[in-house]
Amino acid sequence: MSTTFETGDLVRCTLQGCSCEGTYITTRDGMATVKLTSGYNIGVPEESLSKTGSSEMAEPQEVEIAQDTTLPKISIVSTGGTIASKIDYRTGAVTSQFRATDILNAIPGLASLAEFSAVQLCNILSENMTPAIWQQLARAIYDEIRSGAQGILVTHGTDTMAYSAAAMSFMIKTPVPVVFVGSQRSADRPSSDNVMNGMCAAKTALSDLGEVVVVMHGTTSDDFCAIHRGTRVRKMHTSRRDAFQTIGDGIIGSVTYPSLDVSLSSHAVKRGNCEPRLKDKLEEKCAIIWYYPGMDPALLSAWNGYKGIVLAGTGLGHCGTDMIARIREMAAAGTIFVMTSQCLHGRVCDRVYDTGRDLLGAGVIEGEDMLPEVALVKLMWVLGNTSSLAEARLMMAQNLAGEITRRSSV
Amino acid sequence: MTLDYQKLGLIAGIEIHQQLNTKEKLFCRCPTTIREAEESNGEFFRYLRATKSEMGELDRAAEEEMMQVRQFRYLTYDTTCLVENDEEPPAPLNEEALDIVLTIAKVCGMTPVPEIHTMRKLVIDGSNTSGFQRTALVAMNGTLPGGAGIETVCLEEEAAQRIEDTFFSLDRLGIPLIEITTSPCMHTPEAVQETAAQIGMILRSTGKVKRGLGTIRQDINISIREGARVEIKGVQELDLIAEVVRREVCRQVSLLDIRDELKKRGASVEKNPVDVTSLFTGSKSRVLKSAPKILAIRLNKFAGLVGREIQPGRRLGSEMSDYAKKCGVGGLFHTDELPAYGVTEDEVTNLKKALDATPDDCVIIVADKPQRCQCAMQQIIRRAEMAFEGVPKETRKMLEGGSTAYMRPLPGAARMYPETDVFQVRVTPERFASLEIPEMIDDTIARYMQEFGLAREVARQMAYSERRNAFEEAINSGIKPALAERAFNSTLRELSREGTSVHRIDDEDIKQVLMLINTGEVAKEALSPILTALAEGKTPTEACECAAPKVSEEELASIINRIVAERADFIKERGNAATGPIMGVVMKEVRGSVDGKIVNQILREAISHVLKNT
Ligand SMILES: [Zn+2]
Repeated sequence: MSTTFETGDLVRCTLQGCSCEGTYITTRDGMATVKLTSGYNIGVPEESLSKTGSSEMAEPQEVEIAQDTTLPKISIVSTGGTIASKIDYRTGAVTSQFRATDILNAIPGLASLAEFSAVQLCNILSENMTPAIWQQLARAIYDEIRSGAQGILVTHGTDTMAYSAAAMSFMIKTPVPVVFVGSQRSADRPSSDNVMNGMCAAKTALSDLGEVVVVMHGTTSDDFCAIHRGTRVRKMHTSRRDAFQTIGDGIIGSVTYPSLDVSLSSHAVKRGNCEPRLKDKLEEKCAIIWYYPGMDPALLSAWNGYKGIVLAGTGLGHCGTDMIARIREMAAAGTIFVMTSQCLHGRVCDRVYDTGRDLLGAGVIEGEDMLPEVALVKLMWVLGNTSSLAEARLMMAQNLAGEITRRSSV
Repeated sequence: MTLDYQKLGLIAGIEIHQQLNTKEKLFCRCPTTIREAEESNGEFFRYLRATKSEMGELDRAAEEEMMQVRQFRYLTYDTTCLVENDEEPPAPLNEEALDIVLTIAKVCGMTPVPEIHTMRKLVIDGSNTSGFQRTALVAMNGTLPGGAGIETVCLEEEAAQRIEDTFFSLDRLGIPLIEITTSPCMHTPEAVQETAAQIGMILRSTGKVKRGLGTIRQDINISIREGARVEIKGVQELDLIAEVVRREVCRQVSLLDIRDELKKRGASVEKNPVDVTSLFTGSKSRVLKSAPKILAIRLNKFAGLVGREIQPGRRLGSEMSDYAKKCGVGGLFHTDELPAYGVTEDEVTNLKKALDATPDDCVIIVADKPQRCQCAMQQIIRRAEMAFEGVPKETRKMLEGGSTAYMRPLPGAARMYPETDVFQVRVTPERFASLEIPEMIDDTIARYMQEFGLAREVARQMAYSERRNAFEEAINSGIKPALAERAFNSTLRELSREGTSVHRIDDEDIKQVLMLINTGEVAKEALSPILTALAEGKTPTEACECAAPKVSEEELASIINRIVAERADFIKERGNAATGPIMGVVMKEVRGSVDGKIVNQILREAISHVLKNT
């Protein structure tokens, strides 16, 4: 930043051969950003500026959207995803918005669907999510369910949304929909997917569903949102709107747009199937190891003392035979190993080849068709909730929240 | 209408948009190729929404676009990618495009922006999948050789091509575009056209801009004293610019006259539309008979003014109709033009009666679904009220011939914010200094006339030709300028007029043919058939052989002897004067593959031989 100018100062910029008027925004690496009256920003050396006045900072108007209290209640728990944002055209700054009013302003259609209340849990980039925040999130959601919300919307950055959705799937038993939603295009742009995702998610939160799900674009078009089970969903593309996909199972429903018709598949868990329950303990000393050809077994020592390790193995669930001795040692010392596959699609089977059989012999548990990240989150939760190794091993092999399918349908 | 532009206080400026002929698009690595819709490999659709500005208000232009919730469809190609689909962040700014823009800025003596910031300019008419156009200010403050001031040059991305209404093709989206904005320094229609021509010449001089209809578009800003600034979008033909300006001045003058007349009459606009659906249940007008709802509004003392022509083919009623169409209705009827379109005199009388209208009033009706009618009526009332102000500030689009129609309000300045996904680009003084200024085409024309002896028109054609570089290279390698010009320009134009696909002919192939002519292996008379053969896809050697098969001296002698023998009587009768006609026969037979001089020499010998033997 500059020592001479403040954001909003009116400045004259004199360059060789011309001068122009604008508003000072900021300085970076010696270059000052000036917003010209035409709306364009330019970068100029700070020395070329002289202050001509200060601009009146206009107080942003607060537009309160009236809520219809006769409508069902939805709680929005925000963690920092930019489902709503505001642009300051004067400075160009885009700020994320979290309050219920802001979200209702950004997605005006919401107000006709439900009465909203908002809990701002945190404001983080989703890559900075931690298991500790999952615990806070689980408690917040649980409280909202207990206080009578018909459904919960969780706004979340998309990078780690699938991890968080999986975590909530294990930590909370819910009789109402807990719906994760975000946007792949920032909310400031007219083409953002925030409105459609938000509307479809709200409609899902009011639907006959009773589980943790992710609701995001189903295709690149604005035609429908897919409802994904929290334990089977994965972000499969860095940037596309339809990045979220259900792996190894059918989606559990869809919401058409703009007609907002929700249809649920037969394997969706229905509303009211259980009493709300919170089990928020997690064992954070768990890790995931992506095996690659030639991996040095000594690397495993870095995780000495860890309670659980998920291996993302090759093919049916393998890693090089060199690794086995070290795995056996660590397993004997009390670390649980769960094998998953880098293939993502398909079931682990360590009974086909010798390496697999040796891995089983060393104490590795087959992770069935669990996604590697889901297996990690589950391992944290299982180890947080039982001190018995035997019970933990049993739980890892069992389906607890839709993370394992009994049979691989075609 | 003859107008004194100076007295009227005409002020005009232009904005020229020209596509750059770069290898890749501005923010992705796709080629800048225009495709046919049939070549599309897929499509998708989206909705766009205006975002709120910091004041919690929608921009007025954006708001108008939002009056209809519209679904936009897009065609994709194997030459478009996720960036055009708005499914991937943009790649860094194309440096090739930036260099072209900086070069043009240098030609105009402009000051480059030290650090270029890419902005997002809100555009929600569907032509940009993102809902904004990426644009960057590159240089400021220059002057054209003719004296017109250039305020700014910007580098922008081209919008998607509209196939129809809300259906777009993505091939064009993202092609680099230079935007040149002049200062409002022109005061006659002709000056506007001349300035546009001069900017066009500079652009073409770089040799790096796209050619053909639609690759360059002129927007014209016009106002007169007491009038208002109006921006006319997308004038594609240079020759129409002066006419567009004339017609806009005419429109503004007429609207000011109407304003004065309205005030003089004490005219006013009713606020509440009247439902007149029942009046038309038996109408012969199909539109009215089948309409679910018909609303009418009375404009007090507007009679005759709504139907008054304000520029060729346009009336105040057309302006109101344009506003109404924003609500999705097809148009409107007004009593200045009725009875007509199947509406009878009786119906007009009943309509006027239902609205208590006097002969001094004008009644306007719209017919459509109830909601659309309501919306359209509000727009008509709004536009009618604007008539008291004179000329509304508007963005307009050009119609065939040079008249214009209302598009949207003039956009405010607050529609831009930074494109945070693109890094800023620093333009160092070294970079700017190292840019080479191309020869201006006007100078090229003069040089071709002086150095190569070409006539002005031919020199002009050659200087603007895509084959200009090949032409100069040929001359540098020893081809005579007149021959090179024929090969690269005149003959191709002739062939093109005859329907030959001369665009298929490669410059290198023409050069090879010219070298063969130069060494005497092919006669220059065969140029036209050889170029035709090249256009058919033959190689230069094949083309020369089939268009002008090699004739040995012996073959030539025997051909000449045969022809001369066949025409011995003719020769005896005419003597040496027979040479000319027989020359033609021989040349036709050898199809130009032998130099005329050689033919002439052998023929003369043969003829004198015949004459001697008589
Ligand atoms: Zn592309």
